[in-house]
Amino acid sequence: MAEYHLTTPLTDDDVLKLQAGDRVYLTGVIYTARDAAHKRLLDLIEKGEPLPVDLAGQIIYYVGPTPAKPGKVIGSAGPTTSYRMDSLTVPLLEKGLKGMIGKGKRSAEIREALQKYNSVYFGAIGGAAALISKCVKKAEIIAYEDLGPEAIRRLEVENFPVVVANDCHGNDVYQEAVKKYKKQ
Amino acid sequence: MKTLEYQKIVDTVADLCMKANMHLNNDVLTAFQTSYDNEESEVGKEVLEKLIENAKIASEEEVAMCQDTGVAVCFVEVGQDLVITGGELEKAIEEGVRKGYQEGYLRKSMCHPFTRKNTGDNTPPVIHTRVVPGDNLKITVAPKGGGSENMSALKMLTPAQGKKGVVDFVVKTVEEAGPNPCPPIVVGVGIGGNFERCALLAKKSLLRPLDKENSDPELREMEKEILQKINNLGIGPQGFGGRTTALAVHIEMEPCHIASLPVAVNINCHAARHAEAVL
Repeated sequence: MAEYHLTTPLTDDDVLKLQAGDRVYLTGVIYTARDAAHKRLLDLIEKGEPLPVDLAGQIIYYVGPTPAKPGKVIGSAGPTTSYRMDSLTVPLLEKGLKGMIGKGKRSAEIREALQKYNSVYFGAIGGAAALISKCVKKAEIIAYEDLGPEAIRRLEVENFPVVVANDCHGNDVYQEAVKKYKKQ
Repeated sequence: MKTLEYQKIVDTVADLCMKANMHLNNDVLTAFQTSYDNEESEVGKEVLEKLIENAKIASEEEVAMCQDTGVAVCFVEVGQDLVITGGELEKAIEEGVRKGYQEGYLRKSMCHPFTRKNTGDNTPPVIHTRVVPGDNLKITVAPKGGGSENMSALKMLTPAQGKKGVVDFVVKTVEEAGPNPCPPIVVGVGIGGNFERCALLAKKSLLRPLDKENSDPELREMEKEILQKINNLGIGPQGFGGRTTALAVHIEMEPCHIASLPVAVNINCHAARHAEAVL
């Protein structure tokens, strides 16, 4: 398994070289969105209206952080479970979304869509929220402030540690893990 | 007769909300360390190492260990000889949750089921009250995250399915949950009672410290058997593979109806949070 340091936005070549299980350290701008924000983005797409952010080459991080304490950039900010976004993801991939960060498995539909749209799904460490917040150097709300923790934030991250969970070649780290470690 | 002031309850609940969310108890940290020592998967070890580091940061900086600071589940034991002055007990707990989540910079996660509009202060809490002998008030706050709660399940088995049916259902629930509930998990199992009672038993079992054995020898054996089976699944820390899928299995059991064998599996993520106080 390889280790990469990647800078956002991601290129097709960045995504193509990644294999499930690779460790990646992400640096650059990423955007947060979870359940409620996804719903709003899809509503806009359905109406043919522009999105608050151009998703081409971008990464969405499934997170709803805690409020930042005074003097801190962001509160605790670990990943939320990704399957809830499965039914809300393909339209964003069609808009050029190149990566997602969350935790847990994705549906067969999404795993296939990653191949079709040459995109990648990263797993971060669920529950390591205080630790991950240290990678966030800047945070600002750019849309849907009324959603509170579910607002879309623009984050500048440095060496955010993730694992390639689903690559664009159809591999799945979770399935491979069970195959390797399951005892009868 | 012992009296207890409303505001004292408010302040105590607020403190417990913050304490539970910021300071992981030693039994869990010890379990992380033991799992780290025994974990054969390299990435599994890395995850456990980061969880230990995360708990340290959260505690030192007094920030939430996880951004999902949960539904504020409160177990309350009220001594029947205690008199509470200045307001209602449930209102005091609710106000305590409001205060704790505000002052502790904890995330407010409660919303309307359909509109998804946030209540803004993490209320209402889920309160389980029991009246007990004496004149104390014991409050346990156990913030419960949504990711692991979503992977929980309840089944009304037939009596013929018996013990094996229970074991199989618990293992299957954990297997299907896979990486989603943030393994290594703690598995709370409630057996017996009825539909709602077994769910409560499962939740309550999660309060038991990880280093404390079940006092019932039969259940103790069953816990070991289920834990072994779960850790043979290979899911591992965060589902990245390995030996540590669960840190512990806890079972609580009560008699049930002759027609039923209710079983509930309440999965807790590795942030097995709870804090208690006796007033």
